[in-house]
Formats: sequence, C-alpha cells, structure tokens
Amino acid sequence: MRRSKKRNPGPEEPRRPRGRRAPIIELSDVTKVYPGGHMALDRISLAIGRGEFVFLVGPTGCGKSTLIKMLIRELAATEGSVKIAGRDIGQLPEKKIPQLRRNIGTVFQDFKLLPNRTVYDNVAYALQVIGASRAEIREQVPATLRLVGLSTKLHSYPDQLSGGEQQRVSVARAFVNHPPLLLADEPSGNLDPITSIGIMQLLYRINKTGTTVVVVTHDREMVDNMRRRVVELYEGRVVRDEVSGGYTEESTTEFGLRMQAEMGVAPDGGLQTNGHSDHDALS
Amino acid sequence: MGRLVFFFQEALRALKRNGAPSLAAIVTTVVTVVLLGMLIPIFQTAQGKSEEVRDQLNVQYALYDDATKAEIANLRGELEAIPHVAEVTFIGKDEALATLKSELKDKTIVEELHSNPLPNSFEVKADDASNLPAVQEAVFPNGPQGKPISAIISNEFDRQQSAEKIEQVTSALKIVLTVITALLILASLMLVGNTIRLSIYTRRREVEVMRLVGATRWFIRWPFMIEGVVVGFVGGALAILILWLGKLTIVDPLSDSIGVLAAQNSSTLAFPALIAILFSASILVSTIGSGVTLRRFLKV
Repeated sequence: MRRSKKRNPGPEEPRRPRGRRAPIIELSDVTKVYPGGHMALDRISLAIGRGEFVFLVGPTGCGKSTLIKMLIRELAATEGSVKIAGRDIGQLPEKKIPQLRRNIGTVFQDFKLLPNRTVYDNVAYALQVIGASRAEIREQVPATLRLVGLSTKLHSYPDQLSGGEQQRVSVARAFVNHPPLLLADEPSGNLDPITSIGIMQLLYRINKTGTTVVVVTHDREMVDNMRRRVVELYEGRVVRDEVSGGYTEESTTEFGLRMQAEMGVAPDGGLQTNGHSDHDALS
Repeated sequence: MGRLVFFFQEALRALKRNGAPSLAAIVTTVVTVVLLGMLIPIFQTAQGKSEEVRDQLNVQYALYDDATKAEIANLRGELEAIPHVAEVTFIGKDEALATLKSELKDKTIVEELHSNPLPNSFEVKADDASNLPAVQEAVFPNGPQGKPISAIISNEFDRQQSAEKIEQVTSALKIVLTVITALLILASLMLVGNTIRLSIYTRRREVEVMRLVGATRWFIRWPFMIEGVVVGFVGGALAILILWLGKLTIVDPLSDSIGVLAAQNSSTLAFPALIAILFSASILVSTIGSGVTLRRFLKV
C-alpha cells in the first residue's frame, strides 16, 4: 500500500505492490457493537480483490456506513479482523492511522469539503497532507480536476458549487494521490439521477485505472444497471454477494451511454442541463 | 522550510476566513492585557507603599549621656551581632534635636530650650518587620522592664505597639493583593482560553475532515498554534500601544504632582519589563490555548 508518486497506472497495468495478491479488503468475522448495545455488524466475512468494483447495498441502518468507517479506522471492530492489503488495521497504532487513510480515498455522502478553501485548495490539501512537493501539486491537482470535469471552477468555494460539483471535488480529492483503494459512502445520496450517473461514470473510470472502488448505495436501480459485484447487507449480515445482470467490459463512454439508456435519461439533454462538459472530461 | 511557509499560509488563511471569531479572540486579548497592564502596576504600587512603611519600622534605644565612645562602639557591635538585625544607626543628641526641630511646626519650643534634652540613641532595623519583636527581645531578654544587654541602654522608645499593628496590617494587605492578582491572572487566562476554544469549536468539522483525509495531528495543529501566536501578537501589541499611550497622556503628567504615582517608578516593575511580560504572556496563552483545545477534536 505505498502511494506511487509519479506513476499513473492505466488499465493495462494493474497495481501489484510487493508481488503479493492478498485481497485489498479482507474482513473475517467482523462484529461491531456500539456503546449502548446496538449490534451494527454481525460476524461479517468478506474479501474484495484488487481492481474490483463492488457495490455495498442495503437499507438504512444495515451497517454499510459502519463498515466504511471501519475500513478507515474511524471506528474499530469490536471483534474479528479487518485487513487492508493483508495488514490487520485493528492492530494499527494510532500514529499509523493517517498513513492508512492516505492510501484510501474516501468520498462522503455529505462531501466533507473544507469550506474555507477553494476547489483547487481542497484537492491540493490531500497532497499537502502527504508532503507532496509544490511541483507535484501543481501537476496533479489540475489534472485530477480535469478528470472530474471541474477545470473551470478551480477558484470557486464549495458553497458556490452545486451538489454534483461538490461531489466531484470530493472524488477528485479522494483520487488525487491515486490510492489503491477508493471508498464512496453514498456518493449519489444527495444528488439527482443524472448527476448520479455522472458520478458513477467517474468512479467507473477511476476503477479502470486499476483502483479498487467500493461504493455504498441504496439506489437499487443504479446497482442493477451497473452489472458489477453487489454485496447486500441486512441487519448487520451479508445476505447477497453476486455479480448482477452479467458483468461486461466496456469503455467509459459506452458505460455512460448504456447507463443513461437503461435509466431512462436522455443522453444529450440530461447532461447539458447539468452544466459541465462531462463528455469531454470522461470519454 | 516549505512546511513552515505552508503552515503560516494556512494560519493566515484561517484568520482571514474566520473574521469574527479571530477578531473576538484578538479583542479579548487586548482587553485582558490592558486590564492586567493597568492593575498590576496599581497593585504593585500599593504593595510597594506597604513595603515602604514596613521598611521604616524600627526600634530605638536611648543611651545614657555618660556612655563613653568606646562603650557606644561596643554596643553597636553587640547590636549588629543580633540575628535579623539589618541596620544599626547611631543618632547623636544634636542630630535628634535637629530632626525634631524640622518636624515641629512651632520651632520656638525648641529654641526656648536651654540644653538638649534628647539622648543619644541607636536606631535598629530588622531584616523584615516581622522579625522586629525577636530583635527587641534579644536586646531586653527579660521584657521591657528587665535588664537590657548593655548597661548604657536607658530604655526602649515606645514604638512597639504601633510596629506590631503596622506589621499585621501590611502583611494582610500583601496577602490580599497577591490573591487578587492571582485571581485576576487566572480569570484572564480562562477568558482568553475560552475565546480561543470557541473559535476552534466553530471549526471542529474542518478538523475532522482533515483527519479523515489522512492529516497527522501536528499537521493540523501547527496552523492553529501559529494562529494563536498571531492572535497573541496582534492583541498584545495593540494592548501595549494603548497602555503606552495611557502612560504618556495620563500617568506621566500626573506623576509630577501625585507622589504615589511617582513612587511607581522606583518600587515597581519598570514599564519595559511589564510590557515584555504581558506580551510574551499573551502570545504564550493564546498559543497553548489553541494547542490544548484542539486535542479534543483531533481524536477522530
């Protein structure tokens, strides 16, 4: 789980750090009981391989968010082990937690952007935190913002952006240092369907660079149309783990068009009203 | 080096974008420092005055007129050997009369005297007013009516009563002033600390986000500490400017006419020293205040 500085791995070159192919996420018998006795997760075992795109679904309160929080050690498991890239993060000393988080990009439902910073500075912060040089920041930040289609809003503040745009900033911040793992907790929870597709397209594209992407959502239609692995939680247990609707390999553009068609969104009209050049940015 | 620049930029950005809380912190610092800057010299003057009174406390021993010079010199040595004796002064008859003359309004009384009725005497000062009774007891081991240590001592001037009272009053005053000063400093610390807490509290979500993107604690803390330094520096500087203007326009002109204010210059902290202390205190308090407050929000 080292951040590779210069390398920007393409789809043909999946990451293979240290030659070992331990699953990037491995939960064994993980139980989480909150103070007060509520059991959020009940002996969950789950493995997610490198480069996978996985949906985590289930009704509110089923433990999805708890699971995500556990992966970045915002919470610790009550029992069982949570391994990231083969390392048990439950054993991680407090001092190493920032190191863990730098290797996991996280996208939150409420964006969690820093309100006092511009779009550019919000994304740059993720690089400043890891001690990146100015040159690196100047190179990576605009490139990543171009990837998410926000190159024209570099100097806007979060409160001047739409929800979809804020979520793109959040994705850019999560991805700017090209972490091997990207977690998205309800990335489209606050967004309309068209904007959601845009975000999903973005995550799909990021996945194609070799980054493992885990998306938490309760949007069934979206999940069924994406044709990726789906893990369903219900009352703290895994009740379904399968690839829905037949896995397909397709380009981001094909993916986007198919999604728009299947979700009944007019391809052109929809994206134009959205206001950014998603096609340019993502194809 | 690049880091330091970054932390400074972060601190200044935060100050600029959080105008109201930053201003509140600075104003609180100004008010507190001005208050301390005024009250500390006042208390010190009061303390200095009471010290002065205590310093003047002494006991005098009248000598028989027939005492020889050798005997007097001998007694001086004996008095100086008594523990806690700080100063022994010989006051001759003539000197005593001259002093009396100058103290009296109606000088004719002295002039009408044909001979000098005043005795030679020794004025004995203790190292601290509270040790005076011990000195007195050493000179008159069997009480004021008993035999003194030297045959040439005729009697003790009756100043014992007032000496004890003044001693009690001044030491009580000293305690009261010390307690008030301590409480005031404590209150100021808490006031400044609380204002800083509030300004950080409004940004606790920001701190949480920084933690979640993998910032280490010190990476988050440094800008806040530097912010504290800036607030303390600006607040302290403004307060000192106000104090200095106050000194120039109000205190200095008055000190020519009012003795108590003039005394401040000798017995209390010099103005530059006071400024240095207040300035460094304001910076230190706001910096440490920022650092300590943050600890709570860093636990993500």
